[in-house]
Amino acid sequence: MSFYVFYGSKKRFKPMSEITSYAHIKHNQVSVNGEIIFQSNPSLSLAEFLSEAYKALGVSYPKFHKMDAQCKLGFVCAEFALKGTNFLTENDLTKIAIVLSNAASSLETDRVHQHSIDDKSNYFPSPAVFVYTLPNITIGELAIKHKITGENAFFVSEQFDADLLVNYTETLIKIGTEAAIVGWVEVDGANFEAFIFLTEKQKDTNKNAIFKPLNKTSVITIYNQTIWTH
Amino acid sequence: MDALIEKLKGQIIEQLNLAEVKPEEINPDSPLFGEGLGLDSIDALELIVLLEKHYGIKIQDPKDGKTIFQSLRTMAEYIKSQGKS
Repeated sequence: MSFYVFYGSKKRFKPMSEITSYAHIKHNQVSVNGEIIFQSNPSLSLAEFLSEAYKALGVSYPKFHKMDAQCKLGFVCAEFALKGTNFLTENDLTKIAIVLSNAASSLETDRVHQHSIDDKSNYFPSPAVFVYTLPNITIGELAIKHKITGENAFFVSEQFDADLLVNYTETLIKIGTEAAIVGWVEVDGANFEAFIFLTEKQKDTNKNAIFKPLNKTSVITIYNQTIWTH
Repeated sequence: MDALIEKLKGQIIEQLNLAEVKPEEINPDSPLFGEGLGLDSIDALELIVLLEKHYGIKIQDPKDGKTIFQSLRTMAEYIKSQGKS
């Protein structure tokens, strides 16, 4: 089945975008396209879980170890979503957008930085921590890793907002974006969750049962798809 | 000097989160930036903090950093020259 949308008054049709892969991380588990593919002991801390998940990915990227928890979470989730796809080779890196969101902004790293400057007699703020006191650094880390130079935006909203993410991504697509990495990357204390999906313009090669049209219903469906085991 | 270099290796690995680097893999004469350990500008700031935090040394002129942080050995020599080892 093909999905098409109608653009403007020139009566021309453009292929609609579809979601081609997605990953969800929650409860110390990683699900890809709805199936849990990695899980660690639920008692592990976020840092320990991320270390295990990074090893499971089988990639070597030394800069990972320098990232804050939110960037590590976003990095791991995006890597799982990208693994085994042709997303980065079949799309123009200058036309791939990254659109992320969360509720806590960079609060977790803000706390770490605050702690380092609380005691005036032991005042050693870390530049490496301070650079992560903005949530959109997560986008930067993904862009650097994959040499993506398209549009980007980071939204802070009270809860996961599929409508906002889909509407904004569709707007970018209308003005030239060809593909996007979209999702939610949240770290607040011990609570964490990441959900990232890849969307790209429909191509003849994109014939796969998991592919879904990019719209709010699809995003909510895949967000709720995973049956977590703990 | 060798003891100080070994101590610096551990401190740099910890301060710069070089989790995939083992102390024995760091050549004291290799460049810290670019090639060698491949450190970046944020790491340079962390090294400045490291000198202040662990050795009480404040680099007054940022231009000196280029010479001081050329390699692990030049760092150790600078710390010695300041009488802080």
